[in-house]
Amino acid sequence: MPKPSVLVLRAPGTNCDQESAYAFELAGATAERVHIQQLLDDPTLLVKHQILCLPGGFSYGDDIASGRILANQLAHHLSDSLHQFRSAGKLILGICNGFQILIKSGLLLADDPKAGPAATLDWNANGRFEDRWVHLQAASNRSVFLNGIEQMYLPVAHGEGRFVPRSKEILDQLETSGQLVLRYCGNGQSANQPSGDGVLEYPINPNGSLANVAGVCDETGRVLGLMPHPERHIDLTHHPRWTRGEGRDPGDGLRMFQNAVEFFK
Amino acid sequence: MLWEVDIYPAAGQLDRAGLRIANEAAELALPKTLRVSAAHGFLIEGALDKTQVQRLADELLSDRIVERTVIAPARDPCLAIAPDCQEHLVHVLPKPGVMDPVAQSTLAAIADFEFPASAVRTFRKYWVTGINADQLQTLCSKILANDAIEQVIVGPLPFDQLEFGSDYDFQLVHVPLRELNDTQLMQLSREGQLYLQLAEMQTIRDYYRELGRDPTDAELETLAQTWSEHCSHKTLGGRVAYRGPDGERRFESMLKETIFAATVQIREQLGEDDWCVSVFKDNAGVVRFDDENNIVFKVETHNHPSALEPYGGANTGLGGVIRDPLGTGLGAKPICNTDVFCFAPPDTPNDSLPPGVLHPRRVMKGVVSGVRDYGNRMGIPTVNGAVYFDPRYLGNPLVYCGNVGLLPCDKSHKEPLAGDHIVALGGRTGRDGIHGATFSSAELTSESETLSGGAVQIGNAITEKMVLDVVLAARDRNLFNAITDCGAGGFSSAVGEMGETIGAEVWLDRIPLKYAGLSYTEMWISEAQERMILAVPDAKWQEFEALASSEGVEATIIGQFVPTGRLKLQFNGNQVADLPMEFLHDGRPPVVREAVYQPVASTPVDWSGATKLDCNQLLLKILGSLNVASKEWIIRQYDHEVQGGSVIKPLVGVSNDGPGDAAVVRPVLSSRRGAVISCGMNPRYGDFDTYHMATSAIDEAMRNCVAVGADPSRIAILDNFCWGDCERPETLGSLVRAAIACYDLAVELGTPFISGKDSLNNEFRYVDSAGVKQSIAIPPSLLISALGQVDDVRKCVTMDLKRSGNLLYLVGETKEELAGSHLALVANLQGGAVPTVNAARAKETFAAMHAAISAGSVAACHDLSEGGLAVAAAEMAFAGGLGAKIFLAQVLGLLEGDESAEKSSATQLTLTMLFSESNTRFLCEVAPEQMGHFETALGNVPHAVIGEVIDETKLQVVDLHPDNPDHVIDLDLATLKEAWQKPLRW
Repeated sequence: MPKPSVLVLRAPGTNCDQESAYAFELAGATAERVHIQQLLDDPTLLVKHQILCLPGGFSYGDDIASGRILANQLAHHLSDSLHQFRSAGKLILGICNGFQILIKSGLLLADDPKAGPAATLDWNANGRFEDRWVHLQAASNRSVFLNGIEQMYLPVAHGEGRFVPRSKEILDQLETSGQLVLRYCGNGQSANQPSGDGVLEYPINPNGSLANVAGVCDETGRVLGLMPHPERHIDLTHHPRWTRGEGRDPGDGLRMFQNAVEFFK
Repeated sequence: MLWEVDIYPAAGQLDRAGLRIANEAAELALPKTLRVSAAHGFLIEGALDKTQVQRLADELLSDRIVERTVIAPARDPCLAIAPDCQEHLVHVLPKPGVMDPVAQSTLAAIADFEFPASAVRTFRKYWVTGINADQLQTLCSKILANDAIEQVIVGPLPFDQLEFGSDYDFQLVHVPLRELNDTQLMQLSREGQLYLQLAEMQTIRDYYRELGRDPTDAELETLAQTWSEHCSHKTLGGRVAYRGPDGERRFESMLKETIFAATVQIREQLGEDDWCVSVFKDNAGVVRFDDENNIVFKVETHNHPSALEPYGGANTGLGGVIRDPLGTGLGAKPICNTDVFCFAPPDTPNDSLPPGVLHPRRVMKGVVSGVRDYGNRMGIPTVNGAVYFDPRYLGNPLVYCGNVGLLPCDKSHKEPLAGDHIVALGGRTGRDGIHGATFSSAELTSESETLSGGAVQIGNAITEKMVLDVVLAARDRNLFNAITDCGAGGFSSAVGEMGETIGAEVWLDRIPLKYAGLSYTEMWISEAQERMILAVPDAKWQEFEALASSEGVEATIIGQFVPTGRLKLQFNGNQVADLPMEFLHDGRPPVVREAVYQPVASTPVDWSGATKLDCNQLLLKILGSLNVASKEWIIRQYDHEVQGGSVIKPLVGVSNDGPGDAAVVRPVLSSRRGAVISCGMNPRYGDFDTYHMATSAIDEAMRNCVAVGADPSRIAILDNFCWGDCERPETLGSLVRAAIACYDLAVELGTPFISGKDSLNNEFRYVDSAGVKQSIAIPPSLLISALGQVDDVRKCVTMDLKRSGNLLYLVGETKEELAGSHLALVANLQGGAVPTVNAARAKETFAAMHAAISAGSVAACHDLSEGGLAVAAAEMAFAGGLGAKIFLAQVLGLLEGDESAEKSSATQLTLTMLFSESNTRFLCEVAPEQMGHFETALGNVPHAVIGEVIDETKLQVVDLHPDNPDHVIDLDLATLKEAWQKPLRW
C-alpha cells in the first residue's frame, strides 16, 4: 500500500495548514495543501486523496461566526463530493476551526430539515479566546483517529468552542451511540465524567462545553471534529513542562495522525 | 429594498455583551439600577424577499441553537419594540468608510447564496433601562461607542439606503505658497496637517519660487509625508549639538554616529564571522540563522492612534509591523509577534482624567483585544512582551508591536529595475488613515480626536493573511524584483522610497477604491491597511496576476519605474505632481538641534524609617505591583503556539503559569534550531540617568535571552525610543545620552543593533478645569528587544524550580543600587544610586552562563530584575511548586566591596541583598552532582551557593545572623503567588 494522501484544505484565514500537513507527513502520509477555490473549480481533486483535513485558523476571519462562511460554501457547492468521499470509506478530520466548519456544514451531524443543526460550537463560557493545555479522555473507540488512545494532553486555542446540542434528547442519543468521543477531564482522572451534561469546572473544561465534549465523530466513526490541536503536540518540546522531564517523544497528538495512516494499511 | 436583521441571545442563553457592559458601567459608577440587553444585527440592501432574508438569518447570520432573530424591512416599527419594555434604544455603527470586515465578508457570503444583495452594514443594538438621559450619554461615549470611528444613533435606525460616496469631479489643486510669510507658512503647516517646521516650509516655498509656479496639493503632501518625523526620523537622524556629563559632541547624524556606528564597528571586528546580513537598510534587520535561512526582526510603535482608538490603533499597529518583515528582502515569513505596552495605572480615578483622554483601563482592554484579534487571525504566535505602568502614560499610552520573520538566504535582497510595473497588492484604498504619518509626528491635544479621527483605522487581518500567502508563493516562484509595505504615507512613501534611485510614474486613476469620491491626493496619501507595493517585471506579470486572483487577492498595475529620477503622478492623463527624487529625499534643510543633559545627582539612600520595614510585606507589595504582577490575563488571549514550533512558552512551570524569561520557537519544524525572543525596559531608571536606563535595558534583554539558553555571541538587538518633545534641548539631551550608552555597551558586548524606530513628541497638552494650560510628557521610554539563537532547543531551560535538594546559586555582584527600584517604589525610599552595567563583567558573565546551560548543569535559571533577589526566588519557587531556603550570610560574599558591608547597618544590608536591582545577575538551580560542571563553567565570574530547594512549600530567608530563629522572609508559596496573580486577574 503506497502512502495515503491527505488533502489539507485551505481558505482565506486558515492558518494551521502547514503544521497539520507536517504532522501527517511525520506520521507517514503525503500531504497536499489545497485552496478552497481550487476545490470549488474541480471537486474531483478529492478523488485521489484518502484523507481530508480541515485545519485550524479563522476561515474568512470567522466573521459572523466561527467557520460559518466556509461551512456554507461546502454545503452549497461540495456537499455531494464530500458525502461520496465519506461513503467511499475515506477519513475526514476537522481540527478547531475545522471542527467548527464540520459541525456547521452538517457533515458531522446531520441537520434536521425543520429544526436545523443538531449541535453548535458557541462562544466560550468566559467570552474570551484562550490558549491553554487540557487533559482529554478518549471516551470510546468509535473514532478511527482515536484508536487505542485513552488519554491525551493537548493545547486548545479558541474563542468559540462551547459544545451545545440542540436538545437534551440529541445529547443523550449522541452519548448512547458513543459519538461523544473526546472529553475534557481532570489530570489522570479518566473515570470522573459527571453524568449527563454535567459540566466540569473551569479550566478543566476550558469553555463550558456541555458534557465536557471536546470532540465528536459521525456515525461511521470516520469523520472526527475536535477543538484541541493534536498537531501542536507531536514533539517532546511541545509539552509545556518538557523542561521538567514531563511528556513523551513523540507527543500525544502524533498518534491520531498515525492512526489515520494505519487505517489504510 | 433595505432589510434589518436583529440577533438576540436565545431564551436561556447568557447575554454576555449585556453583562460585560453592566460591569464596565459599575466601574464608571453609573447607577446600580442600570440594565442593558445587547443584540447585534445586519442591514442588507438589495432586491431580496422575506423568505430569502429569513433563509440568510437561519443559515448565515444567526445560530439557531443559541440565538433568536427579528427580521423586518428597515424602519419597521417591530424593530423598535423593546424585548423587556426598556426605556432607551441605542444603535452603534462603524462610521461610513470605516473598515467593517464582517460586512464585507457577509456581502460575499450572501453572493454565495446567489441572492441579489448590493450592500451590507453591521451594527450593535442596546436596550437600556434604569438611567436618565445624561447618564445614557455617558454610557454611550464611555462604553458603548468610540466616536473616533463609530456613530451612535439613539432610537430606531433612520436609514432607507446604504450606498454612500459620490463621484469625484477631477480638479487640479495648486497651493499658493510663494507669497506666504513665515507666520502664514506655519499656519498652513498646522491647518493643512502637514506638521512641517518653518525652515522646511521656507525651503519648499523657495524651491517653487525658483520653479516659477505653486506646488500642487499632491506635491506638497508628498513632501510633508516624506519629510515627516515618522518617515524620515529627521530629529535623531539629523544634526545635534550635545552637551552632557560625557562632554560636548556635535553629530552630523546622531543615530548613524551612535547606534548604527556600533553595528558597523562590531561587523568590522567580526570580519569573516560577520553574521549580520542587512541592517538599518531594509524594512527590518536581517541576520543569519542557518544554512538556508536568515531571520529578521522589526519592532514598531503605534502610540498616537492607540490613544484615540485603542482597539484599532493596536490592531493596525501589529498589522503594520507584520508587513515589515513581509516587505523585507523579497518577503520573510512572519514566525512570531511581540508586544510591549505602557499604560497609566488602571485604577486611575475617572474624575481625574483630562479632557479627550480615554480611561487607562479601557485603553488597556482595547489594545490587548486589538493585538489579539490581528495576531491570532494572521496565525502568528504572540510569544513575548511586557507591560509597564506609570501615571505619565495617561495621555500617551505606548504600544510597541514586533514581528520576527524567516527569510531564505537567496531571497534576502531586493532591487527594483527600470521598466518594472508598480503593482499594488491587497486591500483597496479608502479615506482611512489620511495624514497618519504627519499626525503621528505631532503632539496629541484634547482636540486630537476631532482633528485627526481620519488617522484612526481598523484592520482586516484576513486580507493581510491572504496577501501574505500570495507574496510567499510569488517569492518562491521569482515573480517580482522588490517589495515594500504601504505604511505611513501610503503609496506616497512606498513608491517614493522604492523608486528613489530610479524614478517613477504613477497613474492614480488606476488605484482600486473602496468607494467613489476620493480625490487624487487622498488616493496617493491614504494609509488604508493591508497593501503592499511590488516591482514586477513585465515578463512575470501574467503569472503573478493569475496567482493573486487564484487566492482571491486584488493585484493592480498602478504605474511603472522609469529612469527619469523624477516622481510623476497622473490622473486620467493630467499631470498632478512632478518632483525630482533628489529634492524629495535630500532637499530637507539640515536643522541643528540643541541637546543638553544633566543626570540627577546621586544621593545616599535616605534610610530613615527603613528600620521598621517588614520584608514579608515588602516582597508581597512588590509582587503585587503592576509592573511585576502576572500578565496571564493578557498572555492567554494570544495564540502563542500556532505554527507548531513552540518550545518555551511565555508561561512556564508546574501549573503553566510562571513568568518565563524569554520565548523560544522552532521556525523550521524539521530542525532543532531555535529562535529566542526577549525584551528589556525600565523607564523608572530614566528618571535618574538615561545612560544607565539604556544599559540596564540592554543588560535585561540579554539576561532574559541567555537565561533560557541563547548563545550571547549570536544575539541581535533592536532599539525603540519613545520620548517627549525633542524640540526641548533637555528632552533631546536625555535621548542622546541614552543613544551614547547604547553605542558604548553594544560595542563592549559585541551585540549588534540591527533595526530601530523612534516615536517622539509623546506629550499630551490640554487646558485643565481651572483654565490653565497643562502638559504631560511620558518618561523616557527605551525598549530593547533581543533576538537570540540556540543550536539545539533541547538544551533550553526554564525558570521554575525542579527538584528539592538542589542548590541555589546566585551569579553576579550585588551592589547598593536602589534608585528607581521597586523597593523604593513600594517603601517610598528616596535617593540612592541607579543600577549600572559593568560591560566587561557582563560579557564574561553571559558567556559563562551560556557555557553552564549548554553543559546541562543548570536545572532552572531566572534573571534578577524588578524586586531583585527576593522576587526572583519567589517566582522560581511558586512557578515550580517547590520551596526555597536562602541564607543571607552567604549572599554577603557577593556584595561589591566589603567596605560597603561595614558601613551599612544590618537592615540596609538585608534590604540591599534582597531587593537591590543590580544588573547582570542570575539565580540558578543546580543539582548537587552538577556543582563541578557549573562552577567550572562560571570560572571567576562571581557566584556562590546561597540556598537550596526544599519540599516545604515556603520561601524562607534566613537572617544575616544564621542563629537568629526569626526568618527575614517566611511566606507560603500560595500567599506569594496570590499576591502576584491578583492585581491583573481580570
